[in-house]
Amino acid sequence: MDMLEILTWLIPAGPLLAFVLILLVTNQNKRLSFLLAWAGIIASVGLAWFVSFNVVGVFLESEKELKKHPVQVASSIAWLPIGDYYGDPQGAAYAEAPAKDYADDSHSEDASHSADDGHSEDVAYADEEAKADDYGKAVAPETGTWFRLGVSVDPLTAVMLFMVPFAVFMIFVYSVGYHNFGKPAGHFLGIPNHGQEEPLFTRFFALMSLFAGAMLTLVVADNLLLIFVGWEIMGFCSYSLIGFWYARSYDDPKRVPPREASIKAFMTTRIADVVMLMGLVFFYRTFGTLNYTEAFTSDSLVNAIDILQPFGAAGLGIMALMIFTGTVGKSAQFPLHVWLPDAMEGPTPVSAVIHAAAMVSAGIYLVLRIFPLIGMALEASPGFAWTIAGIGAFTALMAATIAVAQNDVKGVLAYSTISQLGFMIAAIGIGGYIAAAFHLITHAYFKALLFMGSGSVIHGMEHGAEHVHDHHSDPQDMRLMGGLREKMPTTFWTFVVGGMALSGFPVITAGFWSKDEILAEAWYVFTYDFLGQHGSSHAGDPFGLVGLMVFVVLCIAAFLTAFYTTRQICLTFLGKPRSELAEHAHESDGYMTTPLVILSFFAIGAGWVGIPDTFLGTEGVFYNYFHHFVGATLYETVNNGLYKLDLIPHKIASLPFMITPLAASIVVALGGIGLGWMVYGRKPLEKGAIDPVAKVIPAPIYDFLQNKWYLDELYKAVFVRPVVFFSEVVVYEVMDKGLINGFLHLVANLTYRLGEVMRVTENAVFGDGVDWLSDRFLDLTKEFRTFQSGKIQEYALLSVLIAFVFTAFIILLNAGAFGI
Amino acid sequence: MDWLLNNIVTLTIFTPIIGALIVFLLPDDEKWIIRRSTFFLSMVPLALSLTMWFIWADQYRGMAGMFHFTQQVEWFPAIGASYHVGVDGISLPMILLSTVLTPLAILASFNIEDKTKMFMVLLLMMEGAMIGLFASLDLMIFFIFWEIGLVPIYFLIRIWGGKDRVYASFKFFIYTMAGSLGLLLSVQIMGLSTGTFDIPQLMDVWVNMDSQTFLETTGLGLTNVKILAYAAFFVAFAIKVPIWPFHTWLPDAHTQAPTAGSMILAGVLLKLGAYGFIRLVIPMFPEQAHATAGLLATLGMLSIVLGGFAAFGQWDFKRLVAYSSINHMGFVVLGIAVMAYVYGIDTETNPALRLDAIMATNGAVLQMINHGLSAAGMFFLVGVIYERAHTRDLKRFGGIWSIMPVYGGILIFTSMASLGLPGLNGFVGEFMITRGAWGPFYVQVAFSMIGLLMTGAYILKGIGEVLHGPTKKEWAALPKMTFMEHVVIWPLMIMMLVLGIWPQAVLAIINDTVTLLF
Repeated sequence: MDMLEILTWLIPAGPLLAFVLILLVTNQNKRLSFLLAWAGIIASVGLAWFVSFNVVGVFLESEKELKKHPVQVASSIAWLPIGDYYGDPQGAAYAEAPAKDYADDSHSEDASHSADDGHSEDVAYADEEAKADDYGKAVAPETGTWFRLGVSVDPLTAVMLFMVPFAVFMIFVYSVGYHNFGKPAGHFLGIPNHGQEEPLFTRFFALMSLFAGAMLTLVVADNLLLIFVGWEIMGFCSYSLIGFWYARSYDDPKRVPPREASIKAFMTTRIADVVMLMGLVFFYRTFGTLNYTEAFTSDSLVNAIDILQPFGAAGLGIMALMIFTGTVGKSAQFPLHVWLPDAMEGPTPVSAVIHAAAMVSAGIYLVLRIFPLIGMALEASPGFAWTIAGIGAFTALMAATIAVAQNDVKGVLAYSTISQLGFMIAAIGIGGYIAAAFHLITHAYFKALLFMGSGSVIHGMEHGAEHVHDHHSDPQDMRLMGGLREKMPTTFWTFVVGGMALSGFPVITAGFWSKDEILAEAWYVFTYDFLGQHGSSHAGDPFGLVGLMVFVVLCIAAFLTAFYTTRQICLTFLGKPRSELAEHAHESDGYMTTPLVILSFFAIGAGWVGIPDTFLGTEGVFYNYFHHFVGATLYETVNNGLYKLDLIPHKIASLPFMITPLAASIVVALGGIGLGWMVYGRKPLEKGAIDPVAKVIPAPIYDFLQNKWYLDELYKAVFVRPVVFFSEVVVYEVMDKGLINGFLHLVANLTYRLGEVMRVTENAVFGDGVDWLSDRFLDLTKEFRTFQSGKIQEYALLSVLIAFVFTAFIILLNAGAFGI
Repeated sequence: MDWLLNNIVTLTIFTPIIGALIVFLLPDDEKWIIRRSTFFLSMVPLALSLTMWFIWADQYRGMAGMFHFTQQVEWFPAIGASYHVGVDGISLPMILLSTVLTPLAILASFNIEDKTKMFMVLLLMMEGAMIGLFASLDLMIFFIFWEIGLVPIYFLIRIWGGKDRVYASFKFFIYTMAGSLGLLLSVQIMGLSTGTFDIPQLMDVWVNMDSQTFLETTGLGLTNVKILAYAAFFVAFAIKVPIWPFHTWLPDAHTQAPTAGSMILAGVLLKLGAYGFIRLVIPMFPEQAHATAGLLATLGMLSIVLGGFAAFGQWDFKRLVAYSSINHMGFVVLGIAVMAYVYGIDTETNPALRLDAIMATNGAVLQMINHGLSAAGMFFLVGVIYERAHTRDLKRFGGIWSIMPVYGGILIFTSMASLGLPGLNGFVGEFMITRGAWGPFYVQVAFSMIGLLMTGAYILKGIGEVLHGPTKKEWAALPKMTFMEHVVIWPLMIMMLVLGIWPQAVLAIINDTVTLLF
């Protein structure tokens, strides 16, 4: 292993080690615990950035080289034995070619080896390139059939490695302040201790570290199984962290307490996960490997189409949809998005991690990883495009409409997250792979910023609540806020930066560039495929209509986004305080505000690496680093393979400059912000006044939005209650206790009756003689019983034991155990 | 040393039985001595099986030949039965599982005050019977151990069980006996017609029996007899696994059994059924097994799905865990179904199918071990809380986490292993079985996913109802976990973690044998 490989393996190690140490060793010491957690994540940041910049270095040196060898680091170990064995699994030596390694003949694994670059640096491999080609790649040639797990770093991994650990580190810093480190200790386990130090402080940092470790594992994984491992562990952490305040209950029966929210989150995502697991299994059987670099060479993909005949590429599409289902759950897409708003019951840093930097990004990361499959599905049938893009676009719009009517400061952000993730999914559904990746990264920064900003606001409000001893008002209700601009200036300004990035405020903010790229992609698909403006053979292709749909829907959603964000900023920070809580709120401490300031730089600057090459029709002025860098990941597979074979709709290439999408994104962003300002900014809401939105929108629609389209109620009625009924009554009471046990008892009863009948018959036939015998026997047993003082059971036992020992003795005797 | 190695399997089988005898001879009242000597006696077979394990890992890795450490001695030549024992990569992990769980079960029953001595004797006898069953390579010996194994667990439930112990133990006993009757008949006819009870020989002679010879020796038609015998074998082992719909004895027996009984019952006894399928049913009846593999897969699927639903429908914590066994063993059955489908057919032309079968069978054996560890752990933890609260009613619990934080963490850890969280042991087996079964039985796999979903539902129900929620006054005084309880659960947790991260620690040896099967 060269150094880069070792360093890549170590990226997730820091936080995982911190998890173990905090849990087992330092769980009584809060300071040591959070310092350990920090140390773990700082180590990860260092290692991840080092590896990531190495890849960027290759890119800056020679883009061509990176396109040819996108996988810069690859290293794997033999993990599961799944067939014949020929010696030390981890050994480096090459044994004779195994005679009966059937997997070598397996069609799906042929000659994918040469595509892997990580090993080409390995001398042994390079020297024996020709020989190595004879072996299947999932099979380490020297050791028989093993399922291998490992790490790999390509440009997509590199950008994730740049973003994830650092964002998580910011959240770690913030959490120390959020849980009131250094304040008087709180005493109530499992409920929030406002203004006091969280008693389960160390548990929080342990879980957050595990979470970070899992996410980093997922990012560096070289195969879908390890991705799934990280994915599920994150699911567990999110479950534990959402339910962090497990003892909390609310008087209001309609409000979901954390413990129920956590179960809801876990179960909803698990619905998706089991489908995803099936998809992985399907993937594995088709490609003979779960390593995506090996699977996604054009040879292997063409092979897979052969295997899946008569379905062909559509079969791959089904596979893609199954894995994509995992994303629908994890990235909270309709219809499985319902868990995310309730996940707000967790502490705010958790929301920031789950909804910004890590878990929801993991879903998008997964679809980016399997993009060749998705791309081929899009080409195979427009149905797949309509499904994926449709889910994304619909989610983007639906969540945006709900966000407009939310009064909970975190609730708005929750729906906003769902909506933004919908943007990314829609982009993927039209083949906009890089645009989605770009939006993923920028969104992570500004959404983490916004969540932490809202947490700071809530923290301030809670302080106010403590101060005036008001425990009934909801410190998260924006209607009770207002005027926080003066009280919390740092929070305010950073929140504005994040909010503007989310709204896509033109040119400066990161959100503008990434959102613009998605819209441009959609417009391009429409004009290219449907209008045929670009002289393509695709003209009139129904796929182009998907582009139009995505473009229109996302424009509306983007407009709503700008509007609700402005509404949120104005309601929270402007005007006069509308409650005692806001009156007595004050700025959070340095632990909390420092990350806000740092992240706001990223919320602006992260977009500048992705200014389109042809921005405003210029040439050679701008260079879209992000596009070219991430594009290199699949350049070889897509441009030189699948596209030439007509298996994927688009090449990876810079788009030409188009004025329509640019104008549209500027208009919707400014329009939304403007409208928001007109309604909420010019004349801030007065204390006790009704929200103007509620006045404008007809009451039924407003109720519909505020109740989140009544989806929770629907699911409860259609899924939850029937499942409970089915389990408790149908399966257990009726099937097991009624039918099966009923049958058994019937048989037992019949046997008993039969015995009775026989007894009676016997008496009638044999009469006294038998009676006499049985009487004598009874007498005998009576005597025996008194003698044995009722120890019947032990008596029975003794007899069994004697029999046992006797048998054993004979056996041993025969076995020659005694040397006889 | 040579003597030890030549007799090592025999010694592993009989040291617990000799131990039982020793304990039996101890005075009734010296409970302190009884407990400790039982524990130390149970360490002997553990040491012996570990010795076998390391010798295998050191010398036999990837070597040809199914069985190692074999020993064959004339025993009952008149009927062709011999004392033939030995281990392969499937039985050795099972033996190790038995020898690991028994000392832990003994530790877990240090608090048994009533008839302590008998309890300990029974546990040791049980261990001997289980090891003997896993190690026997002769049908007669196999059957003897099979029947002997029934007795101790019957008494464990009958004497030290809960409120409905009479019903539960009776049901368990009668049910299993009913299964064994057919088994006994079939074993007899196999021995009669072939003149041997030796399992490796029968795998050849019985399978390749020609119907003319069979007609001459027995006067019966071979095809029909094979079908009937297959059915008898199938039912006998299906009851033991248990496969839906033969499962209703299990929730009763588990719920009523004392903690140690449940640990052994779930940890090892259920595996006897699955082991029977792998060792006997499929190798002896490959054609019939191939023909009915779809049925077996479907029953496995039903166990997974309906077991999951039934577990979710429980409000008795122990019964919930009991039903979870049906859910988990369903996966084993699904893996075995793939083995049944592929075993004996030519895989040269279809290498993908061979990989499926290896994956699924590897997974099934691994899942047996994984379930053994996590189910034993779960039952133990249920016992821990029951002993303190004297209730298992989930509706009455709540908020325990604030009172017993360490217990809460351990319960969550073990539950997650049972749920199949990647990184812990449960996941690996389930993944391998799912992967292996996808090829031949993708419909059943797809439906099984509903069961996997329900696994999540019932596990979270258990955790949520016991640990979460506001603290209740009635539980405020529950004492923390004792040192002894930690001693029992930590080895299990370590094994769950190690097998989750580095499954090849065990899988390598399983794989050695499984690859020889196909």
